Amino acid sequence: MSKEWRERLQRWAPYAVTPLLVLAVLPLIGPTAWVTLTIAGLTMGMMLFLVASGLTLIFGLMEVLNFAHAAFVTVGAYVTVSVLRPLAGWTGEPSLALNLLALLMALLAAAAASGALGYVFERLIIRQVYGAPLRQILITMGALIVIEQMVIVIWGPEAIALPKPASLRGSVFLGASSIETYRLVALFVGLAVAAAMHLILTHTRIGLVVRAGVEDREMVQSLGYHIRRVFVGVFIAGTALAGMGGMMWGQYQTLVTSQIGDGMLILVFIILIIGGLGSVGGCFIGAILVGLTSNYVAFLAPKLALGSNILLMALVLLWRPRGLFPITEQ
Amino acid sequence: MVGGVSEKPSDEAFAGSTAAALPPAAGRGGKSPIASWLSWLVSDDPPGRFLLNAVMLLLLLAFVFAPFLFPGTKALGVASRVCIFVILVASYDLMLGYTGIVSFAHTMFFGIGAYGVAIVLAKGWVGWGAVILGAAAGAAVSLVVAAVIGILSLRVRAIFFSMITLAVASFAQILAEQWRDLTGGEDGLTFSVPAILKPGFRLFADPVLGVTVNGPVITYYLILAVALVLFLVMLRIVNSPFGRVLQAIRENEFRVEAMGYQVVAYRTIVSAMSAVMAALAGALMALVLGYNGPDATLSFSLMVDILLMIVIGGMGTMYGAVVGSIVVVLAQYYLQNVLGAIHGAIPATPFLSALFHPDRWLLWLGTLFVLIVTFFPQGIFGWLRRRR
Repeated sequence: MSKEWRERLQRWAPYAVTPLLVLAVLPLIGPTAWVTLTIAGLTMGMMLFLVASGLTLIFGLMEVLNFAHAAFVTVGAYVTVSVLRPLAGWTGEPSLALNLLALLMALLAAAAASGALGYVFERLIIRQVYGAPLRQILITMGALIVIEQMVIVIWGPEAIALPKPASLRGSVFLGASSIETYRLVALFVGLAVAAAMHLILTHTRIGLVVRAGVEDREMVQSLGYHIRRVFVGVFIAGTALAGMGGMMWGQYQTLVTSQIGDGMLILVFIILIIGGLGSVGGCFIGAILVGLTSNYVAFLAPKLALGSNILLMALVLLWRPRGLFPITEQ
Repeated sequence: MVGGVSEKPSDEAFAGSTAAALPPAAGRGGKSPIASWLSWLVSDDPPGRFLLNAVMLLLLLAFVFAPFLFPGTKALGVASRVCIFVILVASYDLMLGYTGIVSFAHTMFFGIGAYGVAIVLAKGWVGWGAVILGAAAGAAVSLVVAAVIGILSLRVRAIFFSMITLAVASFAQILAEQWRDLTGGEDGLTFSVPAILKPGFRLFADPVLGVTVNGPVITYYLILAVALVLFLVMLRIVNSPFGRVLQAIRENEFRVEAMGYQVVAYRTIVSAMSAVMAALAGALMALVLGYNGPDATLSFSLMVDILLMIVIGGMGTMYGAVVGSIVVVLAQYYLQNVLGAIHGAIPATPFLSALFHPDRWLLWLGTLFVLIVTFFPQGIFGWLRRRR
């Protein structure tokens, strides 16, 4: 094999992981369940991507790893509860249009609430700890605890049931495989957000500045861009995305607890590590990989399900210590 | 290679440590034999000047005579807990305060140590041999797990380590809950400790100074002795040439790397050391409780406690672990009562009542934590030490 081909293989190998995984499990699972599990995995991946993409951009731009990101997921889920409760008339009707309208309102409210909280959070907490990684981890961890406790103060300590809207409760059939209707909605929302993000990052001026900032902050600054102002915007967008992820996830689980974000945070970290810290594309592929692995393993070996993602992460790290798609060569 | 560092002139890289600038003999010169011996015992790194030394010595004496000064089972429980947390928090300080890496898996190693003792005793083995076997097994497993995590994650960047330890710790908790045959699942394991530590045991037929010297008192002294020895060992570690390299890594890892030290190796070794200490603390915890389960030694709230203690006490001082453990353990035992009293005294508006509910103590400790990291990063002990 020539040197050029070997380099090409090394560059493209990470992209082949997900398709290979999807194809490899087909003979093990059988086609009917395979379709169901693949759709379920993609859906889960999309919801995880909503949360992970914000975190990875925030890290990429300012080297801030925000452990409190989980709190914004929790806030999004609880705001959904508060929005959908008075709209029970809309969600209870078996009308698809009314149901989707209610969900859309909840999605926007969750994004707005988390984004607004994100702005305050950036001002009060993050601003003090730029460039101090140790204090960053400690203070955002402390803030995570405080916000979660405040959620309990406001919404109470008990888990709150969040039933799915009437017309999204059942399943549809694709051939012989059943697919939960809500998963299709979540998949669509996730893909739409991912597409919008991709368009903004690649086709707008602000997206250009953000991408350049992730690669080389000093250079963007020296070109006259106020990187901190850009960062505040990215932080708000990132936390708003986390709120949307919390809304989708809470509705999917049909149960909201104050720990809903914590469980997700661990998966999100695994995604960031697999994808390469700071890389949005890596985050997208990592999220899908984690979603698919969770669902396949849960079907094939339920006992291993909980450890499967840790195992996946360990394997990726052994192969590529900086993740599949490291953002810089350094 | 390691020995060279202590002779090098201290530059700003070592500004964090007060003892670094002193040549080893300076602490001992011209003092009485006792002072010189004490100074040797604390590795020439005393808490501070005269007053602070005296206060810490008084604290030590208070712990040595605690069963007689503060009789009662609750006080003994508090004192035992403080001693165990001193080991746990000081070993965490090796990583956080001295090396500058944040681990979220410290309770995992605590739990592994506790499960080591619990599993061996619950399987029907008896006596001190079994306790030592369990503790050694827990320490060995911790050592291997910490080394593997370190090698996998620390070679890239320290932030990976924080994320990966968080993931692995949550995995360990789930594993302990699911692997029922070995760990007893969520119910945990109940076992019987060696006869000498049981409440019914009497060392002397008559009370000594009005206190019956029974199993719990002996358990307490065992814990105190182990805690004291391990604390002094850790103090020795941080004041050794190896410890100097750790502090240099904390200040500027690239410079240390450029000087020819293997940063990854040092970080991995210190996290493995710290894991072994945590496992030993866990083994002691199992002996105190006579029980072990996921909530007792593996829960994430314990990790939060450790963070609170180290930050409140003061990072990178070792003695801060003592101060932090005392403050937070006392707060845990008594803050709920205080909140309960406030809860009863304020008018019953929904929001205020929820805010001061006795179960919301974590809210107040968390707020305190954020405030201390923001305004008071050196912690209580760091502040006391800097005051002249």
